[in-house]
Amino acid sequence: MTEELDAGIVARQIAESGELGEPARNRHEVGAARRRKEDARLVTGRTRWTDNIQLPGMLYVAFLRSPMAHARVTRVDASPALHRPGVVAAFTGRDLAGEQGSLPCAWPVTEDIVVPAHPPMAVDEVRYAGEAVACVVATDRYRAYDALESIEIDYEPLPAVVDMNAALEDDAPRVHEEGNRAYVWKFGTGDIDAAFRDAPVVVERTFVQQRLIPTAMEPRAVVAQTDGDSFTLHSSTQVPHILRIMLATVTGIPEHKLRVIAPDVGGGFGSKLQVTAEEVLLLLLARRLGKPVKWTESRSEGNLTVHHGRDQIQRLSLAAEADGRLRGLRVDLLADMGAYLMLITPGIPILGAFMFNGIYKMDAYDFTCTGVFTTKMPTDAYRGAGRPEATFAIERLMDELAAELGLDPIEVRRRNWITRDEFPYTTVANMTYDSGDYEAATRKALALFGYDKLRAEQSERRDRRDPVQLGIGVSTYTEMCGLAPSRVLGSLSYGAGGWEYAAVRMLPTGKVEAVTGVSPHGQGHETAWSQIVADALGVPFEDVAVVHGDTAIAHKGMDTYGSRSLAVGGVALVRACDKVREKARHVAAHMLEASAEDIEFSEGTFRVRGTEAGTTIQEIALAVFGAHDLPDGVEASLDSDATFDPDDFSFPHGTHLCAVEVDTETGATSIRSYVAVDDIGKVINPLIVEGQVHGGIAQGIAQALFEEAVYDSEGNLLTTTMADYLLPSAADLPDFVTARTETPATGNPLGVKGVGEAGTIASTPAVVNAVVDALRPYGVRDVPMPCTPERVWRAIQGGAS
Amino acid sequence: MIPASFDYVRASSVDEAVEVLADAGEEAKVLSGGQSLLPLLRLRLAYPSVLVDVGRLPELRGVRDEGGHVHIGATTTHDEIIRSPVVRAGCPLVALATATVADPAVRHRGTFGGSMAHADPAGDLPAVAVALDMEFVLRSTTGERVVTATDFFTDYLETALEPGEILTAVRVPKLGEGWGYHYEKFHRTAQAWAIVGVAAAVRVTVSESGARHVAEARVGLTNMGPTPLRATAVESAAVDAELPPVPHATANGSPSTARLPSANGSGPHDTLREAASLADGDTSPTADLHATPDYRRHLARVLTHRALTHAAATV
Repeated sequence: MTEELDAGIVARQIAESGELGEPARNRHEVGAARRRKEDARLVTGRTRWTDNIQLPGMLYVAFLRSPMAHARVTRVDASPALHRPGVVAAFTGRDLAGEQGSLPCAWPVTEDIVVPAHPPMAVDEVRYAGEAVACVVATDRYRAYDALESIEIDYEPLPAVVDMNAALEDDAPRVHEEGNRAYVWKFGTGDIDAAFRDAPVVVERTFVQQRLIPTAMEPRAVVAQTDGDSFTLHSSTQVPHILRIMLATVTGIPEHKLRVIAPDVGGGFGSKLQVTAEEVLLLLLARRLGKPVKWTESRSEGNLTVHHGRDQIQRLSLAAEADGRLRGLRVDLLADMGAYLMLITPGIPILGAFMFNGIYKMDAYDFTCTGVFTTKMPTDAYRGAGRPEATFAIERLMDELAAELGLDPIEVRRRNWITRDEFPYTTVANMTYDSGDYEAATRKALALFGYDKLRAEQSERRDRRDPVQLGIGVSTYTEMCGLAPSRVLGSLSYGAGGWEYAAVRMLPTGKVEAVTGVSPHGQGHETAWSQIVADALGVPFEDVAVVHGDTAIAHKGMDTYGSRSLAVGGVALVRACDKVREKARHVAAHMLEASAEDIEFSEGTFRVRGTEAGTTIQEIALAVFGAHDLPDGVEASLDSDATFDPDDFSFPHGTHLCAVEVDTETGATSIRSYVAVDDIGKVINPLIVEGQVHGGIAQGIAQALFEEAVYDSEGNLLTTTMADYLLPSAADLPDFVTARTETPATGNPLGVKGVGEAGTIASTPAVVNAVVDALRPYGVRDVPMPCTPERVWRAIQGGAS
Repeated sequence: MIPASFDYVRASSVDEAVEVLADAGEEAKVLSGGQSLLPLLRLRLAYPSVLVDVGRLPELRGVRDEGGHVHIGATTTHDEIIRSPVVRAGCPLVALATATVADPAVRHRGTFGGSMAHADPAGDLPAVAVALDMEFVLRSTTGERVVTATDFFTDYLETALEPGEILTAVRVPKLGEGWGYHYEKFHRTAQAWAIVGVAAAVRVTVSESGARHVAEARVGLTNMGPTPLRATAVESAAVDAELPPVPHATANGSPSTARLPSANGSGPHDTLREAASLADGDTSPTADLHATPDYRRHLARVLTHRALTHAAATV
């Protein structure tokens, strides 16, 4: 019995169950449904998560956090904590004020943006509930936490600012002295006034993107240590490379004396694309105390202080012809920044600015975004980052337009989308979509869904006034992936480039280490990258190890977010492999006594053209290691590296269809069927893609039906536990029917587009469109997200009256 | 989410447990499966100085058929109850409601007595307890006493348990032949607490002509006030209500998803629906993030009708 429960057996079973992913001999690895080689250790937990790290003499940190949304700190004294058992040190913001610097904002989107100072630990004023005001360092986590209550602190309350519209009024209480308007960012093309003048149809709606709390399975954790000269920081982060640069800048620790390691990381969804207060503060504490220090957040602490996502008010106007063809779109956004601008807070809604037009043709577009300060946790990237908000807006509007015109929502889309022979197509938002086939994806989705049959059933249920109504939601989405072309980022005032780095090390025994600058946190890079290397170098899949996440080993990179790893980092890896092959070709020519021009490479073997004589790349690796007989001028190394900077984004797309049943007596919504047909270009590993699509859809459904961060009027976060912040589990979700169409991306040699965010972006509007569709007979035109049973029930009551 | 410090005693017998409790007084808390208590400790909503762990005492665990009633030991886990043939035969409503508690992990650790003693009005089992007139066996150093379910649940998270007393067992009276059962739970996710729940037991009589009527009904309400409530007005009004013919393939056993189409206009359900419309009388539901009191009242009426209908259809 104990044997059966041994995690080692489970690990071995997973590792050995190759039946799903075993490619036929001589077939390409790329495209095979390989099971993920990293899963055995991740699933069994036999690995290094940051919280697992134990170091000699380690101390533990607990933070005292503000219980008030907005207040002046009139007095704070941490010294009573020093008398508590196990306590080694205690600090307040004032203690650290001289060295803690300000948390960085790397994306000042306008010239006159207000970027307030953001001390990692509040000094004189707190601006959101949960902001750190003091800390205790103790010999264990429990003593540290217990001692917090002895810290003496007095607050003088200041007015909370929780509502964006109210925040922008002239006499509103101010979050910062400079006012509550962080920036106004405008963008437009075409003659928007002409588009709306005499437009036969104008659809005006206001949608609210509720605030969400990213919920990675692994909470944030940080370990900092120093040898007195240099520093090492382990963090559960998506961005070890960005973090190193930023932490060096903030703390003054020279970059070459600071090593950042992201060990195995259990999810992030954008929430770990950040430079956090705790990361800075733990480095400072290690520097002050000379001892290793660790902090791991509790789930409630995380709900309060992990950066939040979404939170926009979208005022939208869509002008169309009587036949449904679009003329123009006006977008006026209020985006809640929260109390401070964190790493890319201001840029998140701007990432959506180029996506509000979706897959549709129109003549004019006008976009304004106002960033607003409130006394809430700052917002920042969350799966999709700006693009889910934009996609939701346009896909909801297309359904509303269809309803207004009495047309089928598919037909309205068909009349407006870019047709397959119009690619490459430059949109009204000045993006050039390189490839796509919206007709094919939609055709496939409609067939899998049984669209006509469901419409017939819907009509029948409406006729007999069935208390359980059927709704059908459509979402024909696109998104921009592969963040990002450095020139584009520069033009948008982003503080860094968007290239990616990879290196390939050929080991003497013929094994390969692939070093990547992206930083996986659950996506399966080790498997996909192994497949790419296996094909490019003709070595077995098993002979490749992927190295990542440690700035001392994978020294360069721009990390993982924005569906960029494969479309940018994967391409860098291909380029590095090309260089290895080219070096090996010269050695092979020497070994085979032929000229390099006559050497062919296929499936791992270099041959003299027209002969059987050959040598494998793994044999060459050994020969290069020995270096006994290398040609003149050839270095004793095949190792190579490469960086890749894309010319443009990639644009996955797809058609998602959702059928919901709404119990009109209770307001309960249940998803009856869900079909996702995605076009993400070429696929390296369909199993990994399937996982990304499933998880993405679940997360998008969660926004539509379940999740919402709620602050009360005093600025207290009410959803600090999972009992209040509802996450769906598998039991709450339907089986997903997934399929793909494939139009390769033209901007990279792999033909890949990115899939990390597609499901999330597509699914939220599909579900809400379905809920609203079910309720149209009751006069309902919108249900605010999340569409809770009570909101749905009230919409029915209100719509009917 | 780190508890304040406390002492921990694993009792080796019920006698030892009650002795420790007697010494510690109000500062002590009894730990059984820990599925309600530990979250309270971690959120620092409770600060006991000592936890007395009774979770491994064999004398508190297990289910027995004792003729007129089913004896359920306080530390019997939810999972054991769902699987118990004695429970399924003697008090099926207990098994139906228990199957909706939280998730499999919680059901494997959480205990029947623990859920009762925690007395969360949003918990599923207290409403079943009042509907079935369960009896609660309480023990202290001074002896044993038995209280009825309605006396046991005294207020929000409060029970008749005195300091020094533990719940050792619950007796569930068997209702006998001719009864049908259903627990209708309304919640936003599978693991979430009930927004409203309705426990129903209905005795059905069938006349010579085949007509079906309610002879007797029991209705308990989850989360409609600070304690579980018995909807006595519904119970009286439902008597003699005509029932529809039994629909084939009744979804007994999948209570929260089963959905009978409700009748519109006139039909044989009407008396039952009128009875169900009394369900929110004498209730005082609260507001929280998931529902307002008005909506809870509405749900109580709708769900009571569904629970009665489903329960009757299982006969």
